[in-house]
Amino acid sequence: MAKIRLATVWLDGCSGCHMSFLDMDERLIEIASKVEVVCSPYVDTKEFPENVDLAIVEGAVSSEEDLEKLLKIRKNSKMVLALGDCGVTGNVSAMRNLVGVEASLKCAYDELSDNNKGVRPSRETPKQLERVSAQHERVFIDCFLPGCPPPADAIYNILSSLIEGKEYDIFNHTRFGK
Amino acid sequence: MKTITINPVTRVEGHAKITIKLNDEGLVEKASLHVLQFRGFEKFCQGRPYTEMPGLTARTCGICPVSHLISSSKAADNLLAVSIPRTGANLRRIVNLAQIAQSHALNFFYLSAPDLLLGFDSDPSKRNVFGALESHSEIVKAGIGIRSFGQRIIERIGGGKRIHPIAIVPGGMRKPLDPQVRADILAELPIHLKAAVKTLGWFKKSLSQYREEARVFANYPTLFLGLVGENGEIEHYDGKVRVIDHTGKIVADKLEPSDYQQYIGESVEEDSYLKSPYYKPLGYPKGAYRVGPLARLNIADKLGTPIAEEEFAEFKQIERGPVLSSFYYHYARLIEIIYAFEKIDELLNDEDILSPHIRARAEPSRYEGVGMSEAPRGTLLHHYKIDKNGLIEWVNMIIASGHNNLAMNHGVEQAAKRFVDGNHITEGALNRVEAVIRAFDPCLSCSTHALGKMPLRIELYDHGGVLIDEKSR
Repeated sequence: MAKIRLATVWLDGCSGCHMSFLDMDERLIEIASKVEVVCSPYVDTKEFPENVDLAIVEGAVSSEEDLEKLLKIRKNSKMVLALGDCGVTGNVSAMRNLVGVEASLKCAYDELSDNNKGVRPSRETPKQLERVSAQHERVFIDCFLPGCPPPADAIYNILSSLIEGKEYDIFNHTRFGK
Repeated sequence: MKTITINPVTRVEGHAKITIKLNDEGLVEKASLHVLQFRGFEKFCQGRPYTEMPGLTARTCGICPVSHLISSSKAADNLLAVSIPRTGANLRRIVNLAQIAQSHALNFFYLSAPDLLLGFDSDPSKRNVFGALESHSEIVKAGIGIRSFGQRIIERIGGGKRIHPIAIVPGGMRKPLDPQVRADILAELPIHLKAAVKTLGWFKKSLSQYREEARVFANYPTLFLGLVGENGEIEHYDGKVRVIDHTGKIVADKLEPSDYQQYIGESVEEDSYLKSPYYKPLGYPKGAYRVGPLARLNIADKLGTPIAEEEFAEFKQIERGPVLSSFYYHYARLIEIIYAFEKIDELLNDEDILSPHIRARAEPSRYEGVGMSEAPRGTLLHHYKIDKNGLIEWVNMIIASGHNNLAMNHGVEQAAKRFVDGNHITEGALNRVEAVIRAFDPCLSCSTHALGKMPLRIELYDHGGVLIDEKSR
């Protein structure tokens, strides 16, 4: 069987979903024998490649850069899986929407600083979107795996079943907020 | 003026890029690290009940959520005006140490070891944990085991989950330690302690290969800051703040965490979402200091567990005073894994560790609380103010990786000046600039609470915007 081309990407989240992926521990060795990791925070790829079979995406869409990445991921991938509650609903990452970007920036950089007070990060940094959104609000998502983060067992089982084309009931291992 | 951009920085925990500015001769003039994520916790936590804060702020970071649970719960202990039962504190300590072990293993084995095992100049498509598994399976598998063991301790004592566990709460812990869990952990611990000692032995033997990296990976004089115990011993959970200078002289000692605003200031940077903390008495940017494993070993007088103490004595031989090269963060990290396992063993053998008295209960009794602890990456601070209903009015968080911002920037510039030749750019040179960041092991999602083809494209333009050189990897 040809190895499937797998990418994992992290947008606006805490990386907990990516850590849960690593929590597959020695099962990573088995997964590595079935997939080729073509792009991921764990490898040195700098650009999202073409012809990706499965893209696993953690996190919400919070900055212009997140949005650009997500559009490219969708364009270059056969299947996109939203991994974890931030990607699926916006979750904690979207709590910023309660107060708005300006109030958040003002608090962090004007009020809670002692030097260069009032300077805002603007050079070399992506612009924050007015509204944080879940992934499916921006692009079509094939597959959702909720959890904060989804446990390693859930990630292992959904990966295995996607690779082998089998059915898997995710609620055996995860639920929202678990 | 030409600019090389490395975007994204890979094999680090977070979103960052590096820009390297070259002069007309192709020599490096300036290099900077830019952190690209902004989250806004300090604002959106306003109005939440203080009891939510540990669980909520854990979501700043999936790598060191336990540190946030601990600093946050300690700030809340302050709000309740309670001192928590000794066993509750010791269980928190164990979970915290388990997290230090797993997080250090993540950085060393999964993110940094590919450079060390396969070489900074090796094929970038293989230079990752999966490639290292093929060529050095014994070392990498030991690392997977160490991280897994740390994560499983967190799961079983910290409350049912490896990431964002739920048992660390204001006033102490949610549930006492199950004797079976204690027995299981004690039985498995020696395997991973041995693996950690073996890895350190291998690393020490390989050090002679990295002389050039050690020379320029943010190797310069700064202050070092962190918590120490009452007798100057290493301390990750409690303790007071000590600051030393580059000669090893104690600049300040026994500083109260709650007075942090007197000695730590934060500066905004125009080109990064990461603020730069500095030591206030020296001002910005002179007051640059470093935190984390290297800082902790530099400021501590002793570690106090048998194997770690021996290794600590040997580590102290590297320099006359504090160890200044940030390359040695890796060395310090491996010693801390050993210390963490030995200390967990010691704490699990404490006669009161199974006691059911693990939580103090009270209503909010103060309007302000500060919690400080040593996260894997350094000193982590949460500071809350509440109203009479226990709702959060104001939050400040100073995150471990942030403290190192000034030093990381200095480090990328120092390494770029040594390795990057603008007239002939090599992938290995750029990888070394990134590897400086890996040595610091920053957790950038936290700090801004705020295997195939590798196309890194670098384009060099002259002043007229004409493309003069390009390179892909």
